[in-house]
Amino acid sequence: MEFDFGAVLVDWRLLAKGIAWTIGLTAIATVIGLALGVACAWARAHGPVWLRWIAGTYVELIRNTPFIVQLFFIFFGLPAAGVKLSPEVASIIAMVMNLGAYSTEIIRAGIEATPKGQIEAAVSLALSKAQVFLRVVLPPALKKVWPAMVSQIVIVMLGSAVCGQISTEELSYAANLIQSRNFRAFESFIVATLLYLALAVALRRLLNWAGPRFFFGR
Amino acid sequence: MVDFSLWDILRNLLMALRWTVVLSLIAFVGGGLVGGLLLFARLRGGKAAARAVGLYVQLFQGTPLLMQLFLAYFGIALFGIDVSAWTAASVALTLYTSAFLTEIWRGCVASIPKGQWEASGSLALSFAEQMRHVILPQAVKIAIAPTVGFLVQVIKGTALASVIGFVELTKAGSMISNATFQPFVVFSCVALLYFVLCFPVSLYAKTLERKTHGRRA
Repeated sequence: MEFDFGAVLVDWRLLAKGIAWTIGLTAIATVIGLALGVACAWARAHGPVWLRWIAGTYVELIRNTPFIVQLFFIFFGLPAAGVKLSPEVASIIAMVMNLGAYSTEIIRAGIEATPKGQIEAAVSLALSKAQVFLRVVLPPALKKVWPAMVSQIVIVMLGSAVCGQISTEELSYAANLIQSRNFRAFESFIVATLLYLALAVALRRLLNWAGPRFFFGR
Repeated sequence: MVDFSLWDILRNLLMALRWTVVLSLIAFVGGGLVGGLLLFARLRGGKAAARAVGLYVQLFQGTPLLMQLFLAYFGIALFGIDVSAWTAASVALTLYTSAFLTEIWRGCVASIPKGQWEASGSLALSFAEQMRHVILPQAVKIAIAPTVGFLVQVIKGTALASVIGFVELTKAGSMISNATFQPFVVFSCVALLYFVLCFPVSLYAKTLERKTHGRRA
């Protein structure tokens, strides 16, 4: 057996484009997914009963079905119900829904760990409900669960490899395209896998650095 | 054109569901065995072994399962072995599961207080005896909840085997959807079946978790 990685690396432009898409998808999914997670965590912890119920159902539905099925449902299933989406939009929706559900549970764990006295103190300072949640409860909650959150975001980034299956042109799609041209399947996927590994390490570092700076202060 | 009733769709999906279950069991049992060996190597094999196992875990946790499946599918073929989707999926999912389980279990063993090791060591127990009588009984109790919880991830992971042509629930869903032109109904059913499979396991894991925490607190 002989390996020929040159045949793969010649197509570095495709790989670069794939990496750019993977990063882009992850970035959008992270920002919107985190916001969705915060909203649902609030709903599950402080919302009215019916809203708790909806958020809870959403979380359990997403967490107990595979990502690829969610993606297929959105991309192939929804058009039959009249909603047509491009592969990219379908991928983003699927990733956002996915991260939203997992981060809901992660953030909720942090919220529930907030000491009651802090909330009472904030209320006695005449802060509004929204202010109490956004300024007193949320930042320490995020800080507490940030390591779990970082892991989950990395998992979602790695999961985005599946989006190539509906022809979103991310990294795994690029690897598939390259191997269909040069018949070097093993080499193509090794290169893509190593690139994913590098992305995962970089993303973890970036988030560990960015979390304290932008989300909850030090 | 033949008309497919909802029952036709469900019946065919249920037939495929068993392969999802079988593949999950293969991955879980195989992954448990390999994970156990790796854990042993990590605890007993000195620094080099610990490093190697750590690297192994990072490799599998830091790369997409989809790529692992592709690599198994095309990698085993490089050795001149004819790979079926069965072999590739079993191998890839077993290795993937083993990496996660060995890490979960390592955490459980590490959470046993050092004094337990020292006390049992001072009683002149060998490593095997320490493990068997002192460490494992405590570690297993802590490990059960996260291990059951991880089973959900394994079941969901088998869905990716559809991509290399393994006909399980997801693949069957795609095929039926192509034949019936009812993707909305079909993928709803597929999702529902996964949910029916996974949700009880999730709930059970949650119950177990509450119990372990109750006991320790």
